[in-house]
Amino acid sequence: MRDHFIKRLTQLAANDPRIMLLTADLGFGVLTDFASKFPKQFLNVGVAEQNMTGLATGMALEGLIVFTYSIGNFSTLRCLEQIRNDASYHNANVKIVSVGSGFSYGSLGMSHHATEDISILRAIPGITIFSPGDLWESMEATEAAVKTPGTCYLRLDKSAAGRNEAPGEEFVIGRPRLRRQGNDLAIIATGGIVEEALKAAEALAKEKIEARVLSVHTLRPLDAAPILAAARETSAVITLEEHTVEGGLGGLVSELLLEQGAAPRRFYRMGLRNGFSAIVGSQAYLRKRYELDADAIRQTALRLLKT
Amino acid sequence: MQNLEELARRIRVNVLRMTNRGGSSHVGAAFSMTDIVAVLYGVVLKVNPSNPKDPARDRFILSKGHAGAAVYAALAERGFFPLERLLGHCQDGSDFSGHISHKGIPGVEFSTGSLGHGLSVGTGMAFAGRRAGAAHRVFVLMSDGECDEGSNWEAILFAPHHRLDNLVAIIDYNKIQSLAPVAETLTLEPFAEKWRAFGWEVRECDGHDHEQLRELLSSAPWTPGKPSCLLAHTTKGKGVSYMENTVAWHYRTAKGADFDQALKELEAK
Repeated sequence: MRDHFIKRLTQLAANDPRIMLLTADLGFGVLTDFASKFPKQFLNVGVAEQNMTGLATGMALEGLIVFTYSIGNFSTLRCLEQIRNDASYHNANVKIVSVGSGFSYGSLGMSHHATEDISILRAIPGITIFSPGDLWESMEATEAAVKTPGTCYLRLDKSAAGRNEAPGEEFVIGRPRLRRQGNDLAIIATGGIVEEALKAAEALAKEKIEARVLSVHTLRPLDAAPILAAARETSAVITLEEHTVEGGLGGLVSELLLEQGAAPRRFYRMGLRNGFSAIVGSQAYLRKRYELDADAIRQTALRLLKT
Repeated sequence: MQNLEELARRIRVNVLRMTNRGGSSHVGAAFSMTDIVAVLYGVVLKVNPSNPKDPARDRFILSKGHAGAAVYAALAERGFFPLERLLGHCQDGSDFSGHISHKGIPGVEFSTGSLGHGLSVGTGMAFAGRRAGAAHRVFVLMSDGECDEGSNWEAILFAPHHRLDNLVAIIDYNKIQSLAPVAETLTLEPFAEKWRAFGWEVRECDGHDHEQLRELLSSAPWTPGKPSCLLAHTTKGKGVSYMENTVAWHYRTAKGADFDQALKELEAK
Protein backbone atom coordinates (compact mmCIF):
# COMPACT_ATOMS: atom_id res chain seq x y z
CA MET A 1 0.00 0.00 0.00
CA ARG A 2 2.84 2.32 0.91
CA ASP A 3 4.31 2.06 -2.59
CA HIS A 4 0.94 2.66 -4.20
CA PHE A 5 0.34 5.63 -1.96
CA ILE A 6 3.61 7.27 -2.94
CA LYS A 7 3.10 6.41 -6.59
CA ARG A 8 -0.25 8.19 -6.66
CA LEU A 9 1.01 11.09 -4.57
CA THR A 10 3.91 11.55 -6.99
CA GLN A 11 1.44 11.79 -9.87
CA LEU A 12 -0.72 14.27 -7.98
CA ALA A 13 2.21 16.41 -6.81
CA ALA A 14 3.38 16.87 -10.40
CA ASN A 15 0.19 18.79 -11.14
CA ASP A 16 -0.40 20.44 -7.81
CA PRO A 17 2.44 22.49 -6.31
CA ARG A 18 0.40 22.92 -3.12
CA ILE A 19 1.13 19.31 -2.16
CA MET A 20 3.91 18.96 0.42
CA LEU A 21 5.23 15.73 1.88
CA LEU A 22 6.83 15.90 5.31
CA THR A 23 8.48 12.90 6.88
CA ALA A 24 9.79 12.48 10.40
CA ASP A 25 12.95 10.81 9.14
CA LEU A 26 11.33 7.58 7.92
CA GLY A 27 10.68 6.13 4.49
CA PHE A 28 14.16 4.93 3.48
CA GLY A 29 14.11 4.04 -0.20
CA VAL A 30 10.39 4.78 -0.46
CA LEU A 31 10.34 8.56 -0.66
CA THR A 32 13.55 9.01 -2.65
CA ASP A 33 11.86 9.32 -6.02
CA PHE A 34 9.35 11.87 -4.74
CA ALA A 35 12.10 13.84 -3.01
CA SER A 36 14.30 14.00 -6.10
CA LYS A 37 11.42 14.91 -8.44
CA PHE A 38 9.92 17.55 -6.17
CA PRO A 39 12.60 18.94 -3.87
CA LYS A 40 10.46 21.97 -3.05
CA GLN A 41 7.54 19.75 -2.07
CA PHE A 42 9.47 17.41 0.20
CA LEU A 43 10.90 17.96 3.65
CA ASN A 44 12.50 15.62 6.15
CA VAL A 45 11.84 17.44 9.42
CA GLY A 46 13.93 15.11 11.55
CA VAL A 47 12.72 12.76 14.27
CA ALA A 48 10.16 15.21 15.62
CA GLU A 49 6.54 14.30 15.05
CA GLN A 50 5.06 17.01 17.26
CA ASN A 51 6.94 19.67 15.34
CA MET A 52 6.07 17.96 12.04
CA THR A 53 2.36 18.20 12.78
CA GLY A 54 2.61 21.80 13.98
CA LEU A 55 4.68 22.75 10.93
CA ALA A 56 2.18 21.01 8.68
CA THR A 57 -0.65 22.97 10.26
CA GLY A 58 1.16 26.26 9.76
CA MET A 59 1.91 25.40 6.14
CA ALA A 60 -1.64 24.21 5.52
CA LEU A 61 -3.08 27.43 6.91
CA GLU A 62 -0.93 29.22 4.34
CA GLY A 63 -2.61 27.30 1.53
CA LEU A 64 -0.60 24.10 1.17
CA ILE A 65 -1.84 20.51 1.32
CA VAL A 66 0.56 18.83 3.68
CA PHE A 67 1.12 15.11 4.19
CA THR A 68 2.83 14.03 7.42
CA TYR A 69 4.46 10.65 7.00
CA SER A 70 5.77 8.21 9.54
CA ILE A 71 5.46 4.67 10.81
CA GLY A 72 2.66 3.28 12.93
CA ASN A 73 1.97 5.27 16.06
CA PHE A 74 4.56 7.98 15.46
CA SER A 75 2.52 10.16 13.12
CA THR A 76 -0.63 9.70 15.22
CA LEU A 77 -0.28 9.03 18.94
CA ARG A 78 3.06 10.76 19.42
CA CYS A 79 1.59 14.06 18.25
CA LEU A 80 -2.05 13.51 19.13
CA GLU A 81 -2.63 16.90 20.71
CA GLN A 82 -1.11 18.68 17.71
CA ILE A 83 -3.53 16.71 15.54
CA ARG A 84 -6.45 17.69 17.78
CA ASN A 85 -5.74 21.32 18.68
CA ASP A 86 -3.68 22.49 15.73
CA ALA A 87 -4.75 20.55 12.65
CA SER A 88 -8.31 19.50 13.31
CA TYR A 89 -9.62 22.48 15.33
CA HIS A 90 -8.32 24.76 12.59
CA ASN A 91 -9.68 22.51 9.85
CA ALA A 92 -6.20 22.55 8.36
CA ASN A 93 -5.34 20.59 5.23
CA VAL A 94 -3.07 18.20 7.06
CA LYS A 95 -3.08 14.61 5.79
CA ILE A 96 -1.68 12.26 8.39
CA VAL A 97 -0.16 9.10 6.96
CA SER A 98 0.59 6.10 9.13
CA VAL A 99 2.51 3.36 7.40
CA GLY A 100 2.34 -0.14 8.81
CA SER A 101 -1.01 -0.47 10.49
CA GLY A 102 -1.93 -3.32 12.81
CA PHE A 103 0.80 -5.95 12.90
CA SER A 104 2.47 -4.84 9.65
CA TYR A 105 5.67 -4.46 11.67
CA GLY A 106 4.77 -7.37 13.90
CA SER A 107 8.31 -8.53 14.56
CA LEU A 108 9.49 -5.09 15.67
CA GLY A 109 7.55 -5.24 18.90
CA MET A 110 4.80 -3.49 20.79
CA SER A 111 6.05 0.04 20.03
CA HIS A 112 5.43 -0.69 16.33
CA HIS A 113 2.07 -2.42 16.68
CA ALA A 114 -0.45 0.19 15.51
CA THR A 115 -3.54 -1.26 17.08
CA GLU A 116 -5.44 1.59 18.76
CA ASP A 117 -5.16 4.44 16.27
CA ILE A 118 -8.62 4.11 14.72
CA SER A 119 -10.38 4.35 18.08
CA ILE A 120 -8.28 7.26 19.20
CA LEU A 121 -8.56 9.29 16.00
CA ARG A 122 -12.27 8.46 15.72
CA ALA A 123 -12.77 10.28 18.99
CA ILE A 124 -11.38 13.52 17.55
CA PRO A 125 -13.99 15.53 15.66
CA GLY A 126 -13.49 16.58 12.09
CA ILE A 127 -10.96 14.04 10.85
CA THR A 128 -11.74 12.08 7.71
CA ILE A 129 -10.44 8.56 8.27
CA PHE A 130 -9.31 6.31 5.43
CA SER A 131 -8.32 2.71 6.02
CA PRO A 132 -8.00 1.11 2.58
CA GLY A 133 -8.18 -2.64 2.18
CA ASP A 134 -6.47 -3.10 -1.15
CA LEU A 135 -4.00 -1.46 -3.48
CA TRP A 136 -6.56 0.37 -5.60
CA GLU A 137 -8.30 1.69 -2.52
CA SER A 138 -4.99 2.92 -1.13
CA MET A 139 -4.33 4.95 -4.28
CA GLU A 140 -7.85 6.28 -4.45
CA ALA A 141 -7.84 7.16 -0.76
CA THR A 142 -4.63 9.12 -1.33
CA GLU A 143 -6.29 11.15 -4.04
CA ALA A 144 -9.45 11.53 -1.95
CA ALA A 145 -7.36 12.90 0.91
CA VAL A 146 -5.93 15.56 -1.40
CA LYS A 147 -9.41 16.52 -2.58
CA THR A 148 -11.10 16.44 0.83
CA PRO A 149 -10.81 19.76 2.66
CA GLY A 150 -9.56 19.58 6.23
CA THR A 151 -7.64 17.07 8.25
CA CYS A 152 -7.51 13.47 7.02
CA TYR A 153 -5.96 10.28 8.31
CA LEU A 154 -4.65 7.66 5.92
CA ARG A 155 -3.96 4.28 7.52
CA LEU A 156 -1.76 2.15 5.29
CA ASP A 157 -1.26 -1.56 5.81
CA LYS A 158 1.66 -3.65 4.65
CA SER A 159 -0.74 -6.37 3.53
CA ALA A 160 -3.45 -5.75 0.96
CA ALA A 161 -6.41 -7.65 -0.44
CA GLY A 162 -5.09 -7.63 -3.98
CA ARG A 163 -6.62 -5.37 -6.60
CA ASN A 164 -9.95 -6.03 -8.18
CA GLU A 165 -11.48 -2.71 -9.12
CA ALA A 166 -14.00 -2.76 -11.94
CA PRO A 167 -13.07 -0.90 -15.11
CA GLY A 168 -13.92 2.74 -14.56
CA GLU A 169 -14.98 2.15 -10.96
CA GLU A 170 -15.41 5.30 -8.95
CA PHE A 171 -14.06 5.51 -5.40
CA VAL A 172 -16.79 6.98 -3.23
CA ILE A 173 -15.60 8.47 0.06
CA GLY A 174 -17.46 6.86 2.93
CA ARG A 175 -19.18 4.10 0.99
CA PRO A 176 -18.14 0.59 2.06
CA ARG A 177 -17.13 -1.35 -0.98
CA LEU A 178 -18.67 -4.71 -1.79
CA ARG A 179 -15.81 -7.13 -2.30
CA ARG A 180 -17.93 -10.26 -2.41
CA GLN A 181 -21.65 -10.86 -2.64
CA GLY A 182 -23.42 -13.26 -0.29
CA ASN A 183 -26.53 -13.39 1.86
CA ASP A 184 -25.79 -15.94 4.58
CA LEU A 185 -23.59 -13.69 6.65
CA ALA A 186 -21.62 -10.49 6.27
CA ILE A 187 -17.97 -9.84 7.11
CA ILE A 188 -17.39 -6.12 7.46
CA ALA A 189 -13.66 -5.48 7.49
CA THR A 190 -11.16 -2.64 7.29
CA GLY A 191 -7.51 -2.57 6.20
CA GLY A 192 -5.37 -5.20 4.55
CA ILE A 193 -7.03 -7.88 6.64
CA VAL A 194 -9.86 -7.76 4.10
CA GLU A 195 -7.71 -10.40 2.37
CA GLU A 196 -8.36 -12.81 5.25
CA ALA A 197 -12.09 -12.12 5.01
CA LEU A 198 -12.04 -12.97 1.31
CA LYS A 199 -10.12 -16.20 1.95
CA ALA A 200 -12.57 -17.16 4.69
CA ALA A 201 -15.48 -16.45 2.34
CA GLU A 202 -13.96 -18.76 -0.28
CA ALA A 203 -13.60 -21.53 2.30
CA LEU A 204 -17.17 -21.02 3.51
CA ALA A 205 -18.46 -21.16 -0.06
CA LYS A 206 -17.15 -24.72 -0.26
CA GLU A 207 -19.44 -25.46 2.67
CA LYS A 208 -22.38 -23.83 0.87
CA ILE A 209 -22.26 -20.69 2.97
CA GLU A 210 -22.16 -17.44 1.03
CA ALA A 211 -20.47 -14.62 2.89
CA ARG A 212 -20.78 -11.00 1.86
CA VAL A 213 -17.53 -9.09 2.33
CA LEU A 214 -17.45 -5.32 2.69
CA SER A 215 -14.29 -3.24 2.75
CA VAL A 216 -14.77 -0.18 4.92
CA HIS A 217 -12.09 1.99 3.34
CA THR A 218 -13.46 5.12 4.98
CA LEU A 219 -14.52 5.11 8.63
CA ARG A 220 -15.52 8.76 8.71
CA PRO A 221 -17.72 9.77 6.98
CA LEU A 222 -19.54 6.44 6.71
CA ASP A 223 -22.45 5.71 4.42
CA ALA A 224 -24.69 3.59 6.63
CA ALA A 225 -26.75 1.99 3.86
CA PRO A 226 -24.46 -0.92 2.95
CA ILE A 227 -23.94 -1.72 6.65
CA LEU A 228 -27.66 -1.64 7.40
CA ALA A 229 -28.35 -3.79 4.35
CA ALA A 230 -25.75 -6.30 5.49
CA ALA A 231 -27.44 -6.57 8.88
CA ARG A 232 -30.94 -6.88 7.43
CA GLU A 233 -30.19 -9.21 4.55
CA THR A 234 -27.95 -11.75 6.28
CA SER A 235 -28.14 -13.95 9.36
CA ALA A 236 -24.95 -12.77 11.06
CA VAL A 237 -22.54 -9.89 11.01
CA ILE A 238 -18.84 -10.14 11.81
CA THR A 239 -16.64 -7.09 12.00
CA LEU A 240 -12.96 -7.65 11.37
CA GLU A 241 -10.00 -5.40 12.11
CA GLU A 242 -6.33 -5.80 12.98
CA HIS A 243 -6.89 -3.42 15.83
CA THR A 244 -8.44 -3.38 19.26
CA VAL A 245 -12.16 -4.14 19.28
CA GLU A 246 -12.66 -1.26 21.68
CA GLY A 247 -13.86 1.72 19.72
CA GLY A 248 -12.61 0.65 16.32
CA LEU A 249 -14.57 -0.63 13.34
CA GLY A 250 -16.50 -3.06 15.53
CA GLY A 251 -17.49 -0.25 17.85
CA LEU A 252 -18.46 1.96 14.94
CA VAL A 253 -20.64 -0.70 13.32
CA SER A 254 -22.29 -1.64 16.63
CA GLU A 255 -23.15 1.98 17.38
CA LEU A 256 -24.55 2.51 13.93
CA LEU A 257 -26.67 -0.66 13.86
CA LEU A 258 -28.12 -0.19 17.34
CA GLU A 259 -28.95 3.46 16.79
CA GLN A 260 -30.63 2.63 13.50
CA GLY A 261 -32.70 -0.13 15.09
CA ALA A 262 -31.02 -2.67 12.86
CA ALA A 263 -29.38 -4.99 15.35
CA PRO A 264 -28.20 -8.05 13.44
CA ARG A 265 -29.49 -11.45 14.44
CA ARG A 266 -25.98 -12.52 15.42
CA PHE A 267 -22.97 -10.31 15.82
CA TYR A 268 -19.29 -10.62 16.73
CA ARG A 269 -16.41 -8.16 16.70
CA MET A 270 -13.20 -9.82 15.56
CA GLY A 271 -10.14 -7.89 16.63
CA LEU A 272 -7.67 -7.69 19.46
CA ARG A 273 -9.13 -8.41 22.87
CA ASN A 274 -6.20 -9.41 25.04
CA GLY A 275 -4.19 -6.26 25.57
CA PHE A 276 -0.80 -5.54 24.12
CA SER A 277 1.12 -8.19 22.29
CA ALA A 278 4.49 -8.85 23.86
CA ILE A 279 4.77 -11.70 21.37
CA VAL A 280 6.33 -10.80 18.04
CA GLY A 281 6.19 -12.36 14.63
CA SER A 282 5.15 -11.82 11.05
CA GLN A 283 1.80 -10.23 10.28
CA ALA A 284 0.52 -13.65 9.16
CA TYR A 285 1.77 -15.31 12.34
CA LEU A 286 0.21 -12.72 14.65
CA ARG A 287 -3.12 -12.87 12.82
CA LYS A 288 -3.17 -16.60 13.42
CA ARG A 289 -2.00 -16.24 16.99
CA TYR A 290 -4.76 -13.74 17.81
CA GLU A 291 -7.42 -15.63 15.84
CA LEU A 292 -7.83 -13.10 13.07
CA ASP A 293 -6.79 -15.25 10.11
CA ALA A 294 -9.05 -16.79 7.49
CA ASP A 295 -9.49 -20.02 9.42
CA ALA A 296 -10.48 -18.21 12.60
CA ILE A 297 -12.97 -16.11 10.63
CA ARG A 298 -14.43 -19.25 9.10
CA GLN A 299 -14.83 -20.86 12.50
CA THR A 300 -16.41 -17.73 13.95
CA ALA A 301 -18.86 -17.66 11.06
CA LEU A 302 -19.82 -21.31 11.58
CA ARG A 303 -20.23 -20.78 15.31
CA LEU A 304 -22.47 -17.75 14.82
CA LEU A 305 -24.61 -19.43 12.18
CA LYS A 306 -25.10 -22.47 14.44
CA THR A 307 -26.43 -20.49 17.38
CA MET B 1 5.25 56.50 22.31
CA GLN B 2 2.47 58.34 24.12
CA ASN B 3 -0.14 56.49 22.04
CA LEU B 4 1.47 53.20 22.90
CA GLU B 5 1.35 54.03 26.61
CA GLU B 6 -2.33 54.77 26.22
CA LEU B 7 -2.94 51.59 24.20
CA ALA B 8 -1.15 49.50 26.85
CA ARG B 9 -3.14 51.19 29.62
CA ARG B 10 -6.41 50.54 27.83
CA ILE B 11 -5.49 46.89 27.21
CA ARG B 12 -4.79 46.44 30.93
CA VAL B 13 -8.04 48.08 31.95
CA ASN B 14 -9.96 45.92 29.49
CA VAL B 15 -8.22 42.79 30.75
CA LEU B 16 -9.00 43.73 34.34
CA ARG B 17 -12.69 44.22 33.53
CA MET B 18 -12.88 41.07 31.39
CA THR B 19 -11.31 38.81 33.98
CA ASN B 20 -13.36 40.42 36.73
CA ARG B 21 -16.58 39.86 34.83
CA GLY B 22 -15.60 36.38 33.72
CA GLY B 23 -14.22 35.35 37.10
CA SER B 24 -11.23 34.11 35.16
CA SER B 25 -7.53 33.61 35.81
CA HIS B 26 -4.26 34.69 34.25
CA VAL B 27 -4.50 38.42 34.76
CA GLY B 28 -0.85 38.47 35.89
CA ALA B 29 0.25 36.63 32.76
CA ALA B 30 -1.72 39.04 30.57
CA PHE B 31 -0.29 42.12 32.30
CA SER B 32 3.28 40.89 31.96
CA MET B 33 2.96 40.76 28.17
CA THR B 34 0.67 43.75 27.68
CA ASP B 35 3.41 46.14 26.63
CA ILE B 36 4.72 43.64 24.07
CA VAL B 37 1.23 43.19 22.66
CA ALA B 38 0.63 46.96 22.61
CA VAL B 39 3.83 47.60 20.68
CA LEU B 40 3.09 44.76 18.26
CA TYR B 41 -0.47 45.86 17.50
CA GLY B 42 0.32 49.55 17.88
CA VAL B 43 3.29 49.95 15.55
CA VAL B 44 4.97 46.72 14.49
CA LEU B 45 2.49 44.31 12.93
CA LYS B 46 1.28 45.03 9.43
CA VAL B 47 -2.35 44.11 9.94
CA ASN B 48 -5.54 45.53 8.54
CA PRO B 49 -8.64 45.49 10.77
CA SER B 50 -10.92 45.88 7.76
CA ASN B 51 -9.29 42.89 6.05
CA PRO B 52 -8.12 40.55 8.80
CA LYS B 53 -7.23 37.77 6.36
CA ASP B 54 -5.15 40.00 4.07
CA PRO B 55 -2.53 37.56 2.66
CA ALA B 56 0.16 40.22 3.08
CA ARG B 57 -0.47 40.62 6.82
CA ASP B 58 2.13 39.80 9.41
CA ARG B 59 1.18 36.66 11.32
CA PHE B 60 1.00 36.80 15.09
CA ILE B 61 0.50 33.69 17.22
CA LEU B 62 -0.01 33.90 20.95
CA SER B 63 1.44 30.61 22.12
CA LYS B 64 0.79 31.38 25.80
CA GLY B 65 -2.91 31.18 25.06
CA HIS B 66 -3.94 31.57 28.70
CA ALA B 67 -3.16 35.29 28.43
CA GLY B 68 -5.51 35.66 25.47
CA ALA B 69 -7.53 38.42 27.13
CA ALA B 70 -4.77 40.91 26.33
CA VAL B 71 -4.81 40.01 22.64
CA TYR B 72 -8.61 40.16 22.46
CA ALA B 73 -8.39 43.61 24.03
CA ALA B 74 -5.67 44.76 21.62
CA LEU B 75 -7.69 43.56 18.64
CA ALA B 76 -10.78 45.38 19.86
CA GLU B 77 -8.76 48.54 20.49
CA ARG B 78 -7.36 48.28 16.96
CA GLY B 79 -10.89 48.01 15.57
CA PHE B 80 -11.02 44.36 14.52
CA PHE B 81 -14.37 44.09 16.33
CA PRO B 82 -16.43 46.28 18.66
CA LEU B 83 -15.12 46.77 22.19
CA GLU B 84 -18.48 45.65 23.57
CA ARG B 85 -17.72 42.11 22.45
CA LEU B 86 -15.03 41.92 25.13
CA LEU B 87 -17.82 41.82 27.68
CA GLY B 88 -18.49 38.26 26.53
CA HIS B 89 -15.13 37.03 27.82
CA CYS B 90 -15.64 33.71 29.63
CA GLN B 91 -19.42 34.23 29.66
CA ASP B 92 -21.93 31.46 28.93
CA GLY B 93 -22.36 31.00 25.21
CA SER B 94 -19.46 33.26 24.25
CA ASP B 95 -16.75 32.74 21.63
CA PHE B 96 -14.27 34.52 23.89
CA SER B 97 -12.69 31.61 25.73
CA GLY B 98 -10.17 32.07 28.50
CA HIS B 99 -7.54 30.57 26.22
CA ILE B 100 -7.34 32.32 22.89
CA SER B 101 -9.57 30.99 20.11
CA HIS B 102 -9.88 32.14 16.51
CA LYS B 103 -13.42 30.96 15.84
CA GLY B 104 -15.76 33.88 15.37
CA ILE B 105 -13.13 36.42 16.42
CA PRO B 106 -11.63 38.48 13.58
CA GLY B 107 -7.88 38.99 13.82
CA VAL B 108 -6.98 35.97 15.94
CA GLU B 109 -4.54 34.05 13.78
CA PHE B 110 -4.44 30.81 15.74
CA SER B 111 -6.02 29.14 18.75
CA THR B 112 -3.83 27.93 21.57
CA GLY B 113 -4.19 27.00 25.21
CA SER B 114 -2.07 23.92 25.51
CA LEU B 115 1.51 25.13 25.80
CA GLY B 116 4.23 24.30 23.32
CA HIS B 117 2.16 24.45 20.13
CA GLY B 118 2.53 27.98 18.77
CA LEU B 119 6.17 27.98 17.75
CA SER B 120 5.89 24.92 15.48
CA VAL B 121 2.82 26.33 13.77
CA GLY B 122 4.45 29.75 13.36
CA THR B 123 7.55 28.04 11.98
CA GLY B 124 5.38 26.23 9.44
CA MET B 125 3.83 29.56 8.45
CA ALA B 126 7.29 31.11 8.11
CA PHE B 127 8.46 28.18 5.99
CA ALA B 128 5.44 28.47 3.71
CA GLY B 129 5.80 32.27 3.54
CA ARG B 130 9.38 32.03 2.44
CA ARG B 131 8.57 29.28 -0.05
CA ALA B 132 5.99 31.62 -1.58
CA GLY B 133 8.44 34.52 -1.63
CA ALA B 134 6.20 36.55 0.67
CA ALA B 135 7.50 39.60 2.53
CA HIS B 136 5.48 39.29 5.71
CA ARG B 137 6.93 38.14 9.04
CA VAL B 138 5.68 35.66 11.63
CA PHE B 139 5.76 36.57 15.34
CA VAL B 140 5.21 34.01 18.09
CA LEU B 141 4.81 35.20 21.67
CA MET B 142 5.68 32.54 24.21
CA SER B 143 5.90 32.29 27.97
CA ASP B 144 9.02 31.30 29.85
CA GLY B 145 7.38 28.37 31.65
CA GLU B 146 6.14 27.15 28.28
CA CYS B 147 9.75 26.49 27.29
CA ASP B 148 9.62 23.42 29.55
CA GLU B 149 7.63 21.79 26.74
CA GLY B 150 9.93 19.66 24.58
CA SER B 151 7.96 20.31 21.42
CA ASN B 152 9.29 23.89 21.39
CA TRP B 153 12.84 22.64 21.20
CA GLU B 154 11.99 20.61 18.10
CA ALA B 155 10.96 23.87 16.44
CA ILE B 156 13.92 25.74 17.92
CA LEU B 157 16.17 23.18 16.18
CA PHE B 158 14.25 23.38 12.93
CA ALA B 159 13.98 27.12 12.27
CA PRO B 160 17.71 27.98 12.17
CA HIS B 161 18.47 24.88 10.09
CA HIS B 162 16.09 26.25 7.48
CA ARG B 163 17.36 29.81 7.90
CA LEU B 164 13.90 31.17 8.62
CA ASP B 165 14.76 34.79 9.23
CA ASN B 166 11.13 35.80 8.72
CA LEU B 167 10.35 34.24 12.11
CA VAL B 168 10.51 36.11 15.43
CA ALA B 169 10.02 34.35 18.77
CA ILE B 170 9.35 36.64 21.72
CA ILE B 171 9.64 35.29 25.24
CA ASP B 172 7.63 37.01 27.94
CA TYR B 173 10.33 36.29 30.49
CA ASN B 174 8.57 37.16 33.74
CA LYS B 175 10.42 34.43 35.68
CA ILE B 176 7.33 33.07 37.39
CA GLN B 177 5.52 29.98 36.17
CA SER B 178 2.39 28.25 37.30
CA LEU B 179 3.31 27.17 40.83
CA ALA B 180 6.61 28.85 41.61
CA PRO B 181 9.46 30.89 40.18
CA VAL B 182 11.05 29.44 37.05
CA ALA B 183 14.43 29.27 38.78
CA GLU B 184 12.99 26.97 41.44
CA THR B 185 10.90 24.86 39.07
CA LEU B 186 13.08 24.08 36.09
CA THR B 187 15.67 26.68 35.41
CA LEU B 188 15.99 28.02 31.90
CA GLU B 189 19.29 29.80 32.44
CA PRO B 190 21.52 30.35 30.65
CA PHE B 191 18.46 31.00 28.52
CA ALA B 192 19.84 33.33 25.85
CA GLU B 193 22.83 31.07 25.38
CA LYS B 194 20.55 28.10 24.81
CA TRP B 195 18.75 29.85 21.96
CA ARG B 196 22.07 31.07 20.55
CA ALA B 197 23.51 27.56 20.71
CA PHE B 198 20.56 26.37 18.62
CA GLY B 199 21.35 29.00 15.99
CA TRP B 200 19.02 31.89 16.78
CA GLU B 201 19.97 35.55 16.83
CA VAL B 202 19.07 36.65 20.33
CA ARG B 203 18.42 40.08 21.80
CA GLU B 204 17.34 40.99 25.31
CA CYS B 205 15.36 44.00 26.42
CA ASP B 206 13.10 45.45 29.06
CA GLY B 207 9.75 44.01 28.04
CA HIS B 208 7.94 47.08 29.35
CA ASP B 209 10.06 49.63 27.49
CA HIS B 210 8.06 50.54 24.41
CA GLU B 211 10.95 52.22 22.61
CA GLN B 212 13.25 49.21 23.01
CA LEU B 213 10.49 46.82 21.97
CA ARG B 214 9.56 48.92 18.93
CA GLU B 215 13.15 49.24 17.80
CA LEU B 216 13.97 45.54 18.15
CA LEU B 217 10.72 44.10 16.82
CA SER B 218 10.60 46.47 13.85
CA SER B 219 14.17 45.73 12.81
CA ALA B 220 14.13 41.91 12.94
CA PRO B 221 15.75 39.93 11.43
CA TRP B 222 18.85 41.27 13.10
CA THR B 223 21.05 38.90 11.14
CA PRO B 224 20.01 37.78 7.66
CA GLY B 225 19.49 34.03 7.49
CA LYS B 226 18.80 33.61 11.20
CA PRO B 227 15.50 33.49 13.07
CA SER B 228 15.21 36.07 15.83
CA CYS B 229 14.52 35.50 19.51
CA LEU B 230 13.70 38.42 21.79
CA LEU B 231 14.02 37.68 25.49
CA ALA B 232 11.77 40.36 26.90
CA HIS B 233 12.42 40.69 30.63
CA THR B 234 9.09 41.41 32.24
CA THR B 235 7.30 41.63 35.56
CA LYS B 236 4.39 39.33 36.12
CA GLY B 237 1.28 41.36 36.97
CA LYS B 238 2.92 44.56 35.72
CA GLY B 239 0.90 47.70 36.38
CA VAL B 240 -0.91 46.75 39.58
CA SER B 241 1.25 46.98 42.67
CA TYR B 242 -0.16 44.09 44.64
CA MET B 243 -0.10 41.75 41.63
CA GLU B 244 3.49 42.35 40.61
CA ASN B 245 5.88 39.43 40.97
CA THR B 246 3.38 37.15 42.67
CA VAL B 247 2.46 33.58 41.86
CA ALA B 248 -1.08 33.96 43.22
CA TRP B 249 -2.17 36.45 40.57
CA HIS B 250 -1.56 33.84 37.91
CA TYR B 251 -4.85 32.44 39.19
CA ARG B 252 -6.77 34.99 41.20
CA THR B 253 -9.52 37.26 39.92
CA ALA B 254 -9.59 40.86 41.10
CA LYS B 255 -12.92 41.37 42.86
CA GLY B 256 -14.35 44.02 45.18
CA ALA B 257 -11.72 46.22 46.79
CA ASP B 258 -8.95 44.48 44.83
CA PHE B 259 -10.70 45.37 41.60
CA ASP B 260 -11.24 48.98 42.68
CA GLN B 261 -7.65 49.45 43.66
CA ALA B 262 -6.33 47.86 40.47
CA LEU B 263 -8.57 50.09 38.36
CA LYS B 264 -7.47 53.14 40.29
CA GLU B 265 -3.79 52.32 39.78
CA LEU B 266 -4.22 51.62 36.07
CA GLU B 267 -6.30 54.72 35.44
CA ALA B 268 -3.81 56.90 37.29
CA LYS B 269 -1.07 55.96 34.80
